[in-house]
Amino acid sequence: MSETSRAHPEYNYKVVRQFAVMTVIWGIVGMSVGVLIASQLIWPEMNFNTPWLTYSRLRPLHTNAVIFAFGGCALFATSYYVVQRTCQVKLFSDKLAAFTFWGWQAVIVAAAISLPLGLTSSKEYAELEWPIDILITLVWVAYAINFFGTMVIRKTSHIYVANWFFGAFILTVAVLHIANSMAIPVSFTKSYSLYAGAVDAMVQWWYGHNAVGFFLTAGFLGMMYYFVPKQAGRPVYSYRLSVIHFWALISLYIWAGPHHLHYTALPDWAQSVGMVMSVILFVPSWGGMINGIMTLSGAWHKLRTDPILRFLIVSLSFYGMSTFEGPMMAIKTVNALSHYTDWTVGHVHSGALGWVAMVSIGSIYHLIPILFGQPKMYSTKLVNVHFWLATIGVVLYIVAMWISGVMQGLMWRAVNTDGTLTYTFIESIEASKPFYFVRFLGGVFVVTGMLIMAYNCYRTIRAPKGSLQAEAQPA
Amino acid sequence: MDHVTVNIIWTLAILVIFIAIVLWAYSKRSQKGFEEAANLVFDDEKPKAEANKKRESSNNE
Repeated sequence: MSETSRAHPEYNYKVVRQFAVMTVIWGIVGMSVGVLIASQLIWPEMNFNTPWLTYSRLRPLHTNAVIFAFGGCALFATSYYVVQRTCQVKLFSDKLAAFTFWGWQAVIVAAAISLPLGLTSSKEYAELEWPIDILITLVWVAYAINFFGTMVIRKTSHIYVANWFFGAFILTVAVLHIANSMAIPVSFTKSYSLYAGAVDAMVQWWYGHNAVGFFLTAGFLGMMYYFVPKQAGRPVYSYRLSVIHFWALISLYIWAGPHHLHYTALPDWAQSVGMVMSVILFVPSWGGMINGIMTLSGAWHKLRTDPILRFLIVSLSFYGMSTFEGPMMAIKTVNALSHYTDWTVGHVHSGALGWVAMVSIGSIYHLIPILFGQPKMYSTKLVNVHFWLATIGVVLYIVAMWISGVMQGLMWRAVNTDGTLTYTFIESIEASKPFYFVRFLGGVFVVTGMLIMAYNCYRTIRAPKGSLQAEAQPA
Repeated sequence: MDHVTVNIIWTLAILVIFIAIVLWAYSKRSQKGFEEAANLVFDDEKPKAEANKKRESSNNE
């Protein structure tokens, strides 16, 4: 038994350990697939003339792997950890916890097999076919029972705000997944959506944007509200603000989906509602970001020595940036320029790599030593190297996509005096090529950082007891 | 009632609820509870006995 588990004999750290390790592994897998398909956009031969390796099949594999495998495992690990520590009680059920771990890994493996085979429902971020959808539902119900069950048997009188965010994420994702995945199966590997036409599009993006709002935001805000105060050694800047942040965020996010369908067959009023709701979302998003960053007030010096804290705080900066960019892009006139261009891709990655990945990485670096009974990570220096690789990689990626995206938008809308288009489509692709290389380079930086993280975690987990010494705290 | 009236009532209801949440969050009465909640992050670092005693005394209040 490690020291940590003796200190807290009542906690189930096994499932947290499993999910934490798989976060790193799936992170490497998902991001490497991303780098491969980024390279295919520059060198089309990189699909090796193999159907399973074509862009069309690997793109959904990449998105599913990074969102649901990497992000999902990070959310499972941190929510199971945080709910136990802030409710001061062991998980409701160890058996359900084990089922969620193995069930979720089965979902990921099934996705990794079925997507390259070309089996897809063709709904973005919900491509998996109906048998896998049913397995996801079962795992999710078990997760919800276990999480809320732990909150019910808590030994504290309050429910810490992080658990509110995790709870909203679990509940909403269940509703979204079940509603959007309604389909009529025609065979074991093929089904058709229950919805049709513009309704199908609206249901899909109600799901799609709330996958962003609740899976990729509320869940990771739960992470932020625990790990930022913990790593900074001081309680959150304003608990009051966090309460308002929670209620404002969850009541607004649900309406923002139509901004994915500007200038389509969706009724105009629905587009306008989506636009207005997306713009208002800026306010609670920045309230939360300010709350997280201000938690460091009076402890800014810690950023100089603690690269884990740096990961967490920089993730909040990227969160602030992408939640400013998002509302702006949801304005119809801006969207007329940005839609279908690389700007959207850049926006997604400033959220996904800058916010989601960095807050997860910071939290996992915080967790690994605690879970495996070590005083600290094997090498703080390597954590720092990872921090810079990740930051430079993200910046390269999003700057390249901004330039490429705005350029595409301007080229596509340019018309001659006689009304004909100034540029052909292929001309815009040629113009984007150098930026695709910069994007690829940014991706390589990010994956290299993840490989260093894996090495660092391996050495921390395998280190003999007592060989890692906690650094002396500067007075 | 047509749907415009329903929308008006719904919008006003949400506004009132939001103002109520803000007033509740910033009221003096919530302050103590929020401070306790904010410190939950560090509470379980204390030795078990001490934490238990603290909880018992707060229950008796």
